[in-house]
Amino acid sequence: MIVTEGLSKSFGDFLAVDGVTLHIRAGEVLALLGPNGAGKTTTVRMLTSILSPTHGWARVAGYDVVTQANEVRAAVGILTEQHGLYSRMPGDEYLDFFGQLYGLDASLRQKRINQLFGLFGLQATRNQRIGEYSKGMRQKLALARAMLHDPPVLLLDEPTSAMDPESARLVRDSIHELRSAERAIVICTHNLAEAEELADQIAIIRHGKIIVRGSPNYLKHSLLGAAEYEVKLAVSLNGNSPNLPTGAQLTSLGSDWFRFQVNQPEMINPQLLATLLNDGFPIISLHEVPRSLEQLYLQAIQAPDESNRSHA
Amino acid sequence: MKAIGRMLNQLRPALVITRREVRDQFRDWRIIIPIIVLTLVFPWLMNFTARQLVNFVESYGAPIIGDRLIPFLLMIVGFFPISISLVIALESFVGEKERHSIEPLISSPLRNWQLYFGKLLASLAPPLLAAYLGICVYLVGVYRQVGWLPDMMLLIQILALTAVQSLVMVSGAVVISSQTTSTRAANLLASFIIIPMVLLIQAESIIMFWGNYAVLWWAIFGQIIIAILLIRTGVAHFNREELLGREFDTINIRWAWAKFSSAFVGNAKSPLDWIVHEIPKSFRRLITPVILVTFILILATIIGATQASRFQLPIDTFNLENLGAGFLEGLDEIRFFSIGSIGTIWLHNLRVLALATLLGIFSFAVLGIIVLMLPMMLIGYFTATVASAGISPWLFLTAFVLPHGVLEIPAIIIAGAAVLRMGAILAAPSKNTTIGEAWLNALSDWSRVMVAIVLPLLLAAAALEVFITPQMAIIIFGN
Repeated sequence: MIVTEGLSKSFGDFLAVDGVTLHIRAGEVLALLGPNGAGKTTTVRMLTSILSPTHGWARVAGYDVVTQANEVRAAVGILTEQHGLYSRMPGDEYLDFFGQLYGLDASLRQKRINQLFGLFGLQATRNQRIGEYSKGMRQKLALARAMLHDPPVLLLDEPTSAMDPESARLVRDSIHELRSAERAIVICTHNLAEAEELADQIAIIRHGKIIVRGSPNYLKHSLLGAAEYEVKLAVSLNGNSPNLPTGAQLTSLGSDWFRFQVNQPEMINPQLLATLLNDGFPIISLHEVPRSLEQLYLQAIQAPDESNRSHA
Repeated sequence: MKAIGRMLNQLRPALVITRREVRDQFRDWRIIIPIIVLTLVFPWLMNFTARQLVNFVESYGAPIIGDRLIPFLLMIVGFFPISISLVIALESFVGEKERHSIEPLISSPLRNWQLYFGKLLASLAPPLLAAYLGICVYLVGVYRQVGWLPDMMLLIQILALTAVQSLVMVSGAVVISSQTTSTRAANLLASFIIIPMVLLIQAESIIMFWGNYAVLWWAIFGQIIIAILLIRTGVAHFNREELLGREFDTINIRWAWAKFSSAFVGNAKSPLDWIVHEIPKSFRRLITPVILVTFILILATIIGATQASRFQLPIDTFNLENLGAGFLEGLDEIRFFSIGSIGTIWLHNLRVLALATLLGIFSFAVLGIIVLMLPMMLIGYFTATVASAGISPWLFLTAFVLPHGVLEIPAIIIAGAAVLRMGAILAAPSKNTTIGEAWLNALSDWSRVMVAIVLPLLLAAAALEVFITPQMAIIIFGN
């Protein structure tokens, strides 16, 4: 659905995006993460054919972003960082206006507008001027605009910002549904928990370059090392290190617990449990230590600039 | 029929934009109230003024002033509401950019011209409608008060004039709006529209009081040409990327100088290399404008010649048969034959070229070329005048024009071509370059040909004019 190869964009001497290569299939969500000014918005604008690449190429929904710009724009639904709504317009008129721009006929427009107002709980305010909408309602309306023409590709910049938890859940559920409906989705976000929940692929961009890309699990493994487990014992270790089988490496130690890293948990963990029991340590629990995307993100962003790490 | 259907189909998205914008305008009291005032209150005020003035001038036995005043006020009543179109058009793109609503709009599958045309029409329609309503109100009032009805042709002229004035202002303002990054900057640049429009209204007022209404057609025709050029400029340089990407309106003098100087020097390694290799490149880019300017100057000469029978000079003005030593002595007395005269003539010609360039920059080269046409019109006029006095026009040209004109006229043609290119570049699309870069390139070509060709040619022409032309005149027309 979205394929880019060495996509770059310069503004004068400033290289905003540097050789971005992405492959996003239908039914896949890519979370594009990175600090402010890293090149996320510029990348998205190239994928919408608003900016033309200086180097490289991109195809969106099968169309070239340079030579088939209008087809690309028709195939993309975009939620911009600034919603850019017309405050004097009522909500339904706003969606109707964009429906006309996207060439939807009157009956389809009405159907889609009703669906989306229903989906986002905006039915009661559809005739109100947008200027009277709350922040969250505006965000929902902007999202409805992006989804109005049922595009195969969605580019969403901070889709749940300014939303209350309930509305944010609603939007995340909608994104899950869109993924199930085989849409290709790119989300630019600073909300790492949301990215972790939604994304099949994560790409972290810094200084215009994708520095890491892959599934959340792959990235955690490759950046943070082997999975870490914690064992909780019913007795105190009295400062002694437990006897671990080969392949397990002790990482931290408490009075009645310890953590270890292991590359092949399915092989090593049963051996470790047997050893502990043999050594007379009754076990309360064994669980994987959850590793947040935040750890991964910070590690990637703070790492010195080096060649990209990626996994398709 | 199919073509019309296709065209209407393509026009539809533009009309969607227009409809939204017009609705939005009618929701804004800051636009509604001035429109109502200028549509209803202002024509009423003009009615009152007309009535009072007609009574006043009639009491002094000068009814002609009243007769001319009523049509003049008709034009003014039409003009005031369309002035709002300038305000609307100025913020059409840049206002959306400031409110961040431009990105969703330019992300939609609209073609550039559809977006541009939709905005243009939206800025034009409500004020123009208000202007026509105002004209109706004024006409009804004037008819009821003094029983005056306009001649049908005059009414058509006023309606057309109001429409083209609005179109010129709107098309100019939309160009500004799409090329600036803030409404403030757009408002500041609006003086480039307001000042010429004020001058134009003054000229049209003179025409209205003169009463020669046929001249209004020329004003309408001229403004249609300007509007077409402005629309062409706007569409040619409309660029989604720049609309979104440009953040500041700062003038980067260092960047501009670097661009200009690198284009001016080119790949030359020495002055000789520059003259041998770079100047021909610039000249090649000017070939089409050179042909055009040559044609225009020939036309100007012919126009000048045709005016000789219309504006005749007394028959003894050209007493060339008695040209003799006294002619040279007279010139010598005023120290014509000196290096200083060369400088004076050279500087005079430079002033003319500077004026042509300056005017050309602000008028798509039109006014610049008109300035260069004037001397050729004079040559044509005087040549035809001496011909009517029984003197050979060829001998006249050989004696008074050709000796220095052989260098001066090519210099004027080349300079005119460079001015034409600078003006035309604004109305032509420039691929992969911004409007500023394209214009700087044209300016560098202008500078190159001025330095390397035009100025030396004019200097040599001035020397010939001082030392050779008078001698040639004596040889041909002397005793």
